[in-house]
Amino acid sequence: MHQTFEAGLGINLLHANQAGADHNRAHFDEWGITCLNIMSSPGAGKTVLLEKTIAALNDELKIAVIEGDMTTELDAERLRQYGVPVIAINTGRSCHLDSKMVAGGIHQLEGQYEPKEFDLVLVENVGNLVCPAEFEVGEHFKVALLSVTEGEDKPLKYPIMFQEADCLLITKIDLAPYLDIDIDRIAGNVRQMNPHVAIAPVSAKTGEGLDIWFDWVRQVVNRQQRSLALASVSK
Amino acid sequence: MHETDMTKALILTVKDWWESQPERPQISCIRLTVGEFTCVEPVSLQFAFEVQSRNTFLQGVRLAIDEIPLIAFCDRCQEEYRPEIGLRYACPQCESPMENIRSGRELKIEKIEYAVGV
Repeated sequence: MHQTFEAGLGINLLHANQAGADHNRAHFDEWGITCLNIMSSPGAGKTVLLEKTIAALNDELKIAVIEGDMTTELDAERLRQYGVPVIAINTGRSCHLDSKMVAGGIHQLEGQYEPKEFDLVLVENVGNLVCPAEFEVGEHFKVALLSVTEGEDKPLKYPIMFQEADCLLITKIDLAPYLDIDIDRIAGNVRQMNPHVAIAPVSAKTGEGLDIWFDWVRQVVNRQQRSLALASVSK
Repeated sequence: MHETDMTKALILTVKDWWESQPERPQISCIRLTVGEFTCVEPVSLQFAFEVQSRNTFLQGVRLAIDEIPLIAFCDRCQEEYRPEIGLRYACPQCESPMENIRSGRELKIEKIEYAVGV
């Protein structure tokens, strides 16, 4: 005789990744670091954006990069030229970074540097519009890039990443005159599902719009540091 | 293929539960709820589960996936609506953006059905 039973679990499928992400975030908070998770499809311009960002903000913020989007060391080498630590994570054939991989990067940072000296960690995710959106890595803010060459409808077709983004950069706008594309429509499509997202159309090539992005970064780092300071006072 | 990673997480979670049961019961079915507004494709999940459970304590176990529709609530109209994934997310009546998601983001191991001999 067999009797049938049910055990209610009610556990999120991603709970292990989520717990790892919370753990990573606790490390960042302890060190006073703001972490941005930078996501886009391949070729939207993440690495060049990081180059410009580091070049512009290196004097005022101490920056480190955790580099997941690499088939070779080429991207990491490009960024190291700017004199910031670049921790390259071997993602293998993985289609996204997960919190465990980033934890490995954080431990390297901790082993080789004094983590409390850093203000900002930029995590460059694997180029992919689908998977990275479901796997938090311990970031405080999510940044999504969409290049004008990808088309206006991508946010509607791949909504999760755009719905969760805190900041959207519409990249390669220097190409817009050669394309049949409406930048306001891209922004409108994202706002349909994420009305509070900060949006900046930018061109890393001409520099247009980058100041808005740099200001956004300064602002979130500042806000994060103030809220951590407040939290430590109230303890 | 992030479904592969999710299946790995699923199997580990169920294994933890199973090992915590003194009788090591025969599991017959694992029930998941998967929201429509997630990056998870149920067919891929089924396939990954079939492959990864082979020759394990979960071989032959049924994976039942309940899909949950995306339902949003429009604060202005005070009404629920079903956004058309891939096409439009704003409220069909007043064009307000989708802000309040009522369902569709679930990714949950709901329950395990198992048999115990008596």
